Amino acid sequence: MKTVTTGKIISISGATVRTDLTGLTLFERVSVGEQNLTGEVVRLEKDSTVLQIYEDPSGLGLDEPVKGLGVSLETTLGPGLLSVMFDGLQRNLDVLADKTGSFIHPIHLPSSLDLKKEWSFTPLVKNGVTVSSGDKIGYIDEGPFQHPIIVPPGKSGRIENILQGSITLEEPLCLLDNGYEIFGYHRWPMRIPRPYKNKISPQEPVITGQRIIDFLFPLARGGTSIIPGGFGTGKTILEQTIAKHADVDIVIYAGCGERGNEMSELIEEFLELEDPRNNCPLMERTVLVVNTSNMPVAAREASIYTAVTLGEYYRDLGFHVLLLADSISRWAEALREISSSLEEMPGEEGYPTYLASRLSSFVERAGIVETMSGDIGSLSMILSVSPPGGDFTEPVTQSLLRTAGAFLMLDTTLANSRHFPAISWVQSYSLYQNILEDYFREKFSEDWQNLRNRCREIMHKEESLKEIMEIVGIEGLQEQDRLVMTVAEEIRNSFLAQNAYTDDAFCDPGKTLDIIRSITELYLKEQNKKREKQT
Amino acid sequence: MRLAEHKYRTTSRIAGQLLHVENVHAARIGEVVRVVGPDNIELEGEILEVAKGNVLIQLFGETRGFNLENAEIIFTDTIRQVPLGKDILGRRFNGSFQPIDGLPMFLASEWRPARGYPINPVCRLRPEEFIETGISAIDGLNTLVKGQKLPIFSCAGLPAKELVAQILQNAKLRESSKSFAVIFVALGLTFHEYSFYLKALQDIESEFVAIINMADDPVMERLMAPRFALTVAEYLAFDQDMDILVLVTDMTNYCDALREISNARKELPGRRGYPGYMYSDLASLYERAGRIKGSKGSITMIPVITMPEDDITHPIPDLTGYITEGQIVLSRELHQQGVFPPIDVLPSLSRLMQKGIGAQRTREDHRDLANQLYKHYAKGRELKKLEAIVGRDGMAEPDQLLLDFAAIFENQFIHQGTDARTIYKTLDKGLEILKAFNLVSDSFIEIQSEE
Repeated sequence: MKTVTTGKIISISGATVRTDLTGLTLFERVSVGEQNLTGEVVRLEKDSTVLQIYEDPSGLGLDEPVKGLGVSLETTLGPGLLSVMFDGLQRNLDVLADKTGSFIHPIHLPSSLDLKKEWSFTPLVKNGVTVSSGDKIGYIDEGPFQHPIIVPPGKSGRIENILQGSITLEEPLCLLDNGYEIFGYHRWPMRIPRPYKNKISPQEPVITGQRIIDFLFPLARGGTSIIPGGFGTGKTILEQTIAKHADVDIVIYAGCGERGNEMSELIEEFLELEDPRNNCPLMERTVLVVNTSNMPVAAREASIYTAVTLGEYYRDLGFHVLLLADSISRWAEALREISSSLEEMPGEEGYPTYLASRLSSFVERAGIVETMSGDIGSLSMILSVSPPGGDFTEPVTQSLLRTAGAFLMLDTTLANSRHFPAISWVQSYSLYQNILEDYFREKFSEDWQNLRNRCREIMHKEESLKEIMEIVGIEGLQEQDRLVMTVAEEIRNSFLAQNAYTDDAFCDPGKTLDIIRSITELYLKEQNKKREKQT
Repeated sequence: MRLAEHKYRTTSRIAGQLLHVENVHAARIGEVVRVVGPDNIELEGEILEVAKGNVLIQLFGETRGFNLENAEIIFTDTIRQVPLGKDILGRRFNGSFQPIDGLPMFLASEWRPARGYPINPVCRLRPEEFIETGISAIDGLNTLVKGQKLPIFSCAGLPAKELVAQILQNAKLRESSKSFAVIFVALGLTFHEYSFYLKALQDIESEFVAIINMADDPVMERLMAPRFALTVAEYLAFDQDMDILVLVTDMTNYCDALREISNARKELPGRRGYPGYMYSDLASLYERAGRIKGSKGSITMIPVITMPEDDITHPIPDLTGYITEGQIVLSRELHQQGVFPPIDVLPSLSRLMQKGIGAQRTREDHRDLANQLYKHYAKGRELKKLEAIVGRDGMAEPDQLLLDFAAIFENQFIHQGTDARTIYKTLDKGLEILKAFNLVSDSFIEIQSEE
């Protein structure tokens, strides 16, 4: 590790600062000014360095000190993350509230985790055993589940001494023969994907409990769905409902540039609601990363990297993780603001030209993998997008469409008629549908595919009949077609629509199948009756 | 800390309200400067950028008559602060926070930075206390709660100010709460509108603070006025436990000012010329509404926005809708039909409604009733389009019924003239219309009002 170096501020423009300090590395973390604001190196020049500040720069002055810290922006990973609410730079917001009160002031917090807290550690390996990167050496009891302690990526050796019983994160709990000390936690640079042995192609779905998603547009474990929708189309409610009910081990929820009141609502609900599988509050399987719209923009940009690194960490412990981000557009806008303050050449709609590549490398961090220790873990993503003016031709939606596997388009017309979730069955698609076919057939029913095709067929027919009906009126339709309209309405109202505020918020696939089967069977019966009458 | 004030006469460039000064030794971002111009006119300004010895200053006020030689710039070593104290109630200020009611400045008990600090999300209290506005379209279908930010999306020529005045007049908040005050922020208002609002404020007999930037006042002040107002609001709400209603009109002028200043700073323009950071900038205002744990007070915000070209996808209403907790949309068509208030409930929305209604808050059947009214009206409106093509006679009987329902709903439920309706009257009215058309669903359980 490099020693700390110090320089001075020579210019400030908004949150972009230039310093005469040289010898820094790109993306190195810096401490800026007398208040020790967190910053990151974004550009290196011959005799100066450009920094991006992650906090409110008001009051920052010329000639104030800049310190290079020799490390990049990192995420701290270990027991004690669950049920905590962090900001974009992984500062614990509860600790922050203790320090600065109800309003956030720029302040430096030493660690994201409580290093003094006592945990009970149970080793799984004995002295003398050789371990390598990713191996589980023991576990810590954390709430409802066991938190495995792994050898940090890139480290290995023979165990000289491993502790047992009560420990804190401050002290090493295992010593290797090469002198490396393993702690209960480790840090990882947030912009670099964590290593794994192999990526596996997805085969199982994430059951979200939303009929329209599970049945028509399923999400695979390790896959990515995007939810674009204009304002008021119910993106946030949909994401939060999925966060509550999805059948995953860990949920990482990133509130990126969204509303503060919504976050307080989310926390309260997560504390009240129980996870049906272990009767613990949902909060105990959740980590929140929150950077509301009025918190510093640069930290908003970092927040999704904090979230994805947390997700990858739990994946490496062998869990199934779901990352929900609301919303990626706000992240992209933060990127645009930073890019424009760096006076970079703008691309489409002012976004930097590297928007698409940044987005695709972010989405690629999702996946189902064989971890370094040989377990299976997955990180799935559901990303909401807020296209300006509800126009899907904008760059963020378009870039995500090229990388995401499922596209759940929220329709303003549906939302206006209070049909929720307002997912359009005409325009949405899921590329995981064929991969997951076998799973659904074996696990639930042989006629899963048939039923789905029939449901699709009816909804498509309704769509084309609607146009005719607008001209001739319902009376002008043939009897058979009128039946289609009635059945389609039934499917819309009692199958595709789902009220997030009632018990219907979660529907298991068995029940989903029952509902659609009874509707389509009724349809076939009526159809036959009408045919007989005609002949 | 600097020991003495620094004075400079090294202005190198003046462009509109932007001033470049050279050879400055020490300067901070956001630092307040005073500029003394010809005839000893004194203006305030704020530092935007510092690059070695060159400083870019944004001035508040008229720069006419300034030249590169006659401007003296004084660096004060403080950032922009707002004086606060209980005596602020009842006062009127201009966009530079100078009193304009003929009285001297009040005695401040403390000073706080105008930009404020973001509320820590874990310290927020969920907004759920119902505010009765006396307007059926809002109370019944788009309920407002304490701590919410709910903008009014208007179009040029629609009676937004009359609606706001009526909300002020009727809002039950002031009866349920012992200490209620309105903070009124006028941004680029014409004298005609200003005098209308002032009269409305004086009529309500509760205390108010007004921060007024008229149409011919400096554009730069339009960016500061809402920040002053919200700093005052935070002080009154969270330190003095008051319920504060912040009324900002017209945010369209604010956004245009933002565009003008951004352009003068030679920043890259975004959609329709508005700067790319407009979302974050608007959020830094709107997100200051809310409630926090450990305080009895609240900040509720009603910004008024005039949608340019009646277009809801225009960047100003669009970005606003992404930040605020819903919107009340006014409709030209309803206005032309003589409906007042002309609120189009279909695109209108209150995101915090679900928590603010039901038993104990309004009435147990509220949610069910609202859903049914909404559903049938949406259907009726859709059929109206069909009617335009096939004619009424070409439609089935149940569809004709829904058409009539939509018309009655508009004329009797939405339209209420200047009368205030209690929430019970609103709900009863809705039920009455549903019953008249036999549209009450079987599962509906009727609740009798205690009134």
